[in-house]
Amino acid sequence: MIDDDVLERVLASALRTGGEFAEVFASDWQGTGVGLDDGRIEQLSTGRSRGAGIRVIRGESTGFAHTADVSEAGLLAAARAAAEAASHGEAGVRTVALVERSTRVVSPVDVDPAKVGKAAKVELLRRVDEAARSAGSAIAQVSAGYSDGRTRILIANSDGLLARDERVRTLMRVSAVANGDTGMQTGFDSVGHTMGFELFDKISVEEVARTAARRALTKLKARPAPSGSLPVVIKAGSGGVLFHEACGHGLEADLVSKGASVYRGKVGELVASPLVTLVDDGTMTHEWGAISIDDEGHPSQYNVLIQDGVLTDYMWDFLRARKEGRPQSGNGRRQSYKDLPMVRMTNTYVLNGQEEPDDIIRDTSHGVYVAHLGGGSVNTATGDFVFGMTEAYMIENGEITEPLREGNLIGNGPQVLRDIDRLGNDFAMGNPGTCGKDGQGVPVGDGQPTLRVASLTVGGTAA
Amino acid sequence: MTSIDRSGELLALAERVVAMAGPGEQVEAYVSRGLSTEVRVYEGEVEHFVSAQSEGIGIRVIRGGRTGTSYAGTLDEKIVAEVLAEARDNLGFAEVDEWAGLAEPDGVAVVPQQLWNPDLELTSTSRKIDLAKQLERLTLGHDKRVRVDDANYADSFGEAAVATTTGIRAAGRENGCYVSVGTLADDGDETQTGFGFAVGRTVDELDVERAASDAVDRATRLLGATKPESRRVTVVLDPYVTAQFLGIIGGTLSGDAVARGRSLFAQRLGDEVATPLLTLVDDPTNPLAYTATDIDGEGLAARRNVLIDSGRLDRFVHSSYSARRLAAAPTGNGVRGGYAGSPGAGCLALNVVPGSRSQAEIISGIDDGILVQQVQGLHSGVNAVSGDFSTGAAGLVITNGTLGRPVREFTIASTLQRMLLDIVEIGGDVEWLPMRAAGVSLVIRDVTMSGS
Repeated sequence: MIDDDVLERVLASALRTGGEFAEVFASDWQGTGVGLDDGRIEQLSTGRSRGAGIRVIRGESTGFAHTADVSEAGLLAAARAAAEAASHGEAGVRTVALVERSTRVVSPVDVDPAKVGKAAKVELLRRVDEAARSAGSAIAQVSAGYSDGRTRILIANSDGLLARDERVRTLMRVSAVANGDTGMQTGFDSVGHTMGFELFDKISVEEVARTAARRALTKLKARPAPSGSLPVVIKAGSGGVLFHEACGHGLEADLVSKGASVYRGKVGELVASPLVTLVDDGTMTHEWGAISIDDEGHPSQYNVLIQDGVLTDYMWDFLRARKEGRPQSGNGRRQSYKDLPMVRMTNTYVLNGQEEPDDIIRDTSHGVYVAHLGGGSVNTATGDFVFGMTEAYMIENGEITEPLREGNLIGNGPQVLRDIDRLGNDFAMGNPGTCGKDGQGVPVGDGQPTLRVASLTVGGTAA
Repeated sequence: MTSIDRSGELLALAERVVAMAGPGEQVEAYVSRGLSTEVRVYEGEVEHFVSAQSEGIGIRVIRGGRTGTSYAGTLDEKIVAEVLAEARDNLGFAEVDEWAGLAEPDGVAVVPQQLWNPDLELTSTSRKIDLAKQLERLTLGHDKRVRVDDANYADSFGEAAVATTTGIRAAGRENGCYVSVGTLADDGDETQTGFGFAVGRTVDELDVERAASDAVDRATRLLGATKPESRRVTVVLDPYVTAQFLGIIGGTLSGDAVARGRSLFAQRLGDEVATPLLTLVDDPTNPLAYTATDIDGEGLAARRNVLIDSGRLDRFVHSSYSARRLAAAPTGNGVRGGYAGSPGAGCLALNVVPGSRSQAEIISGIDDGILVQQVQGLHSGVNAVSGDFSTGAAGLVITNGTLGRPVREFTIASTLQRMLLDIVEIGGDVEWLPMRAAGVSLVIRDVTMSGS
């Protein structure tokens, strides 16, 4: 993408106002999107985006500039802008010698989607449409999307690091509308992995389509969700977002260092039920949040955040680790070359417990069984979180009974972690997610075994 | 956008692309570029200073009812030619849609807006940094319990042009700036958060003091909040919350959602869908609206549309596609998410026709209720197709006409259909917020509150 000697000159230029650290992050993205709606392929769209972001750090200040022009002239102009932005300090001359670091590939790609014909991508969605519509006569509408993207990245910094990576992600999503006497209901499902088009040899798109359709159809018969505090059992692979929201964000070192996390100063303390071991794992091959290196060139890692209920560590990027004089954890990520890196999660999940999931349900006399969760959000300073149930049922006398209409679940992160009283042995990863923070979205994964929270507030309308 | 193209460069590029249309082809080129800066201050020092520039082109080609699109984040003419070729290639894989097409000039006159202020360009870097520092200082000066998470200044300058083979030629530019601050308030072991902001076309319009006091007030007013008991109550939505609620209602009135069988109001034109108190208008020609504009994303004149008239559903908002498909008149509501997106139908600047009383007067007449000052999780708890509505909330208890203790960690739930009918009063306190909808106090009865 950019020659090494150009990178060295650009870094030297970025440092000339006295910066202590400079970095070039360049990326070249190409992708395809196909949209099906209302029974027809509406659109096939292709895009590309290439550019570089240059960061200069001096003391506690960061200057950042980006450009779509990756010629030497364009990069030097951005370097000057970033250097000026970082400081008004002493001028200096520093040279940089780059040493390329080889990247251990976490998610190898068999079939580059860029080399797959557009017709094959269109065909996938036709199959999805047909499978969803044949799931029931009440299915009134289906929309589906396919997308793939390949990003080549290059990172060079004034510590001499030079690293490259190539990331390929492929995703299919489907949403169905069912129409009945009670109005319209929706169902959604998706599959996405850090891999190429071979994804569709490994999974059945028809199965994904039928799941979305079933979720919509089931809710036609649903009754209003209850209102109030109840035990909630969350199906394996459907509630990882709870941990992402309820505690993951609070374990990001940038929020911790500003005192904007309820988990500040809690390392070594019991912060969750002893059943809970929580991990953030960028090395989980082919998962949606998997990365070979983070967006600062640091190899991804398997990081234990909570071990048997005890908080063991936070997640770190370059800036926060440098300030604390400790190693990075491979969690410095950014949405694109236009953005500064921040501490971000990768794949965040709870390890297996011991129990059979059926036993957990059987031992719940009155509660809610959540089989699919939508999005959520958290206030990291208070721990208060919210997430939406998109497929849920009543549990009555130890059995799953009637389906429920949609509603939010709310709770407080630290409280919910302590209130987990049953943990299953059936670990599964969930749907691919996009985590938003400070206006930037990055791909993340989550997962957990079936578990029970002794009490959560269910925000329905029924008494 | 405002319809003055300073350089004419962008429109010229868009026109060059359109001139390359082959026989039987409709071509649309949308070109944009922008510059922005962002300063973040923490503990009196610049935490980061970001200087950003972006540009890109999106091209749509339609032939024989098939649409193909392609885009690139550059205006390099070599790449632009490739983007056009890609869009052509892509249309071969789409299916025939008899309503596919581009916007056509419809004779509605543009209402000029003042969306560009040249003074903003003259603002020095040190002034921008000082504004963020001043905001942090003012915020900390209000209340000893308050810490600042970050204080920010940001500005942006954007230009865009769109041209089509159907005769659309539109270009414009827009600039603006804002300051924002995030706060934390501590009391013993408890921490609550708040935020404040101010927007303007020049830095002199920024009400930094208001941003600081809002952020302090939002963080401190929830200290000591408890979880209320579950029950049915009357809620008063703060203007900031109402604006978010209106945004959701606006989504259900999109012609795209209607055309694709995904709007709960699809078959309801002419019906009484809301209380007769409610008149909902989308009016981007009102200069008070933050999202005021003179042209829509497809280059048609933006215009005032009454969507709900005294409770009766009068109109949906349309892109050129949804108008054609539903045989409705165009409303100038093509919305596009930058050069990479295709235009859809969406509201541009919603507001409700206000009532007369202040929020304080309204509250004085309520025996048992909740003033909802914050909502959390609207994106996950509201289904705009089924109408199910459930959101996390925080606010103040209203007892016998007076505001009392703070409450949090509860939900309010209903359905969108019911909420529109259950509105019992609309306040006179319109607030023009930096969102696609203006806010006003809204009173809704019989909402389910879930707490302890």
